[in-house]
Amino acid sequence: MAATTSTNTTTRRRLVASPGAWLVWAAVAFFLLNLAGVVGSVLVSSFGTRWFDSWFPEGFTGEWYGAAWKEFGLLDVISVTLQISLLVVLISVLIGVPAAYVLARRTFPFKRLVMFAFLLPILMPPITYGIPLATVLYKFGLAPGIAGVVLSNLVPSVPFVILTMTPFIEQINPSIESAARMCGAGVRALFLRVLGPLLVPGILAAAILVLVRTVGMFELTFLTAGPDSQTLVVALYYSMSAAGIRAQQSIDAMAVIYTSTMLVLLVIALRFVNPTQLVARVKETPEP
Amino acid sequence: MTLTAERAPADPGLRHRLAERGVDRQLLLLLPAVLFVVLLFLYPFFYGLQLSFAPAQGGPFASYIAFFSDSYQSGTIWITLKLALPAALLNVLASVPIAYRMRGNFRGKRLLTILLVVPITLGTVLTAQGLRNFLGPNGWFDRLLGAIGIADMPQLVQNYWGVFFSLVITGFPFAFLLILSYLSGIDPTLERAAATLGADWKQRFLRITLPLLAPGLATTFCLTFVLAFSVFPSAVLVGDPAGSTRVLSLAAYQAAYEKFDYSLASAIAMIMGAVELIVIGVVLLARSQLYTGTTGGKG
Repeated sequence: MAATTSTNTTTRRRLVASPGAWLVWAAVAFFLLNLAGVVGSVLVSSFGTRWFDSWFPEGFTGEWYGAAWKEFGLLDVISVTLQISLLVVLISVLIGVPAAYVLARRTFPFKRLVMFAFLLPILMPPITYGIPLATVLYKFGLAPGIAGVVLSNLVPSVPFVILTMTPFIEQINPSIESAARMCGAGVRALFLRVLGPLLVPGILAAAILVLVRTVGMFELTFLTAGPDSQTLVVALYYSMSAAGIRAQQSIDAMAVIYTSTMLVLLVIALRFVNPTQLVARVKETPEP
Repeated sequence: MTLTAERAPADPGLRHRLAERGVDRQLLLLLPAVLFVVLLFLYPFFYGLQLSFAPAQGGPFASYIAFFSDSYQSGTIWITLKLALPAALLNVLASVPIAYRMRGNFRGKRLLTILLVVPITLGTVLTAQGLRNFLGPNGWFDRLLGAIGIADMPQLVQNYWGVFFSLVITGFPFAFLLILSYLSGIDPTLERAAATLGADWKQRFLRITLPLLAPGLATTFCLTFVLAFSVFPSAVLVGDPAGSTRVLSLAAYQAAYEKFDYSLASAIAMIMGAVELIVIGVVLLARSQLYTGTTGGKG
């Protein structure tokens, strides 16, 4: 489930495709081309010197990165981003996994209601619950600040861990637990010695997905962050919406730094999870 | 390691009866998560609901009246729907043929899926910056069109279309991967059985695959719609935040952080949630009429 193995199929497909297939591939190519344009123009611009009325900048330089690093205080921003994301991952796994275990294994009164309550934060747009939540956090003095950012980011993360872990736990054979119980294991031993090792791949996948989501989460962080608790996305947004004050290229450089952190995370994530798992649990079907 | 068996409780009666209904100490594991949802989601939600009915001046409904009587505010509902519905629909409908084409195994599939995941991680802010550079005046797209002789292109960013494109770029890969996973969940033997009975691919798609995929399509539409509906950064960065792309979330943000009218902001947030839930409710109601069996594009 966690790491996918590429299956080698020996069946060869016809090389000559139907017009429909050509149309589909052309659409994919067009989308990817535009995507490359969107990402590439930021990348090229961040290395360029002057770029006004030509295909490419007049010269290339790396100095925008140094400028962006100093101007935006990126060392602080990145370390804040890391602190916040790791805290969110840790807490959401600690809260989410036991809950997912109970939801996967047990039936109890009001179970559907509880499931619905966990689903709501994912279904609601972040701004909808973010504004009342930010108001409450400000009232209790938790925002603006790191505590507020972590708490607000937990709102979609905990349900996310629960929803990804529940099917993962469901597929672990319950008779393993029964056997352990029969051999005299208590709840703690059951979790630490039997379930824990079996759950590691699932927890790792969920944790990485939460990490990617938290680093990329804009709205909730934006609503609760103070000047010293901005994550990379929020800092980027502020520098972009105040355009004209800073050189365009140094904003581009910052955007590239943001993208490369995300890409590093993504590469790590893809070592553990199937791409389709990023959005849904995929059922691996054997090839016909 | 010594392990102590659980001691029998002093009063077995009540505990036994509870355990029979599925309530015992193991449910305590659920407690942190429930507590968490109550404290950080439900409490703020009801606090906001109460706040929206308690404006600084005027009756309990003053914030709602203020929103609906001002066309600059109430127009945001329509603006948001006009952006989110077509974007979500396009993302879902475009994904179906592409995912249908790609559900088998072929060389480079993993690379292609990875390429399609990238926009999900880019996030709205980088996409906005890229769109500004790429589609803006003198950007590559503009120059390319100029090179092949199409001049006088309408403006593509800082208006409705800029936001629409950013919604497609971030939403399409999401919809595609979801639909691809639903499609690969459909038992391929069903389609082969139909083929042996003489159904051509059109019949197989319309009569076998599509009905099984339909619930998955409804779910995908809902999730893509939620993403598009809560559009915020790109509406500011590549849109026209004072006019044609002044979406609901922007109106709520401005009420809270620029006018400091928390009652109005909460009211807008509640209206936003209500509108979204109505759309999702309609889709899910239609979905409940569909077949959601075991071999289906699951639900």
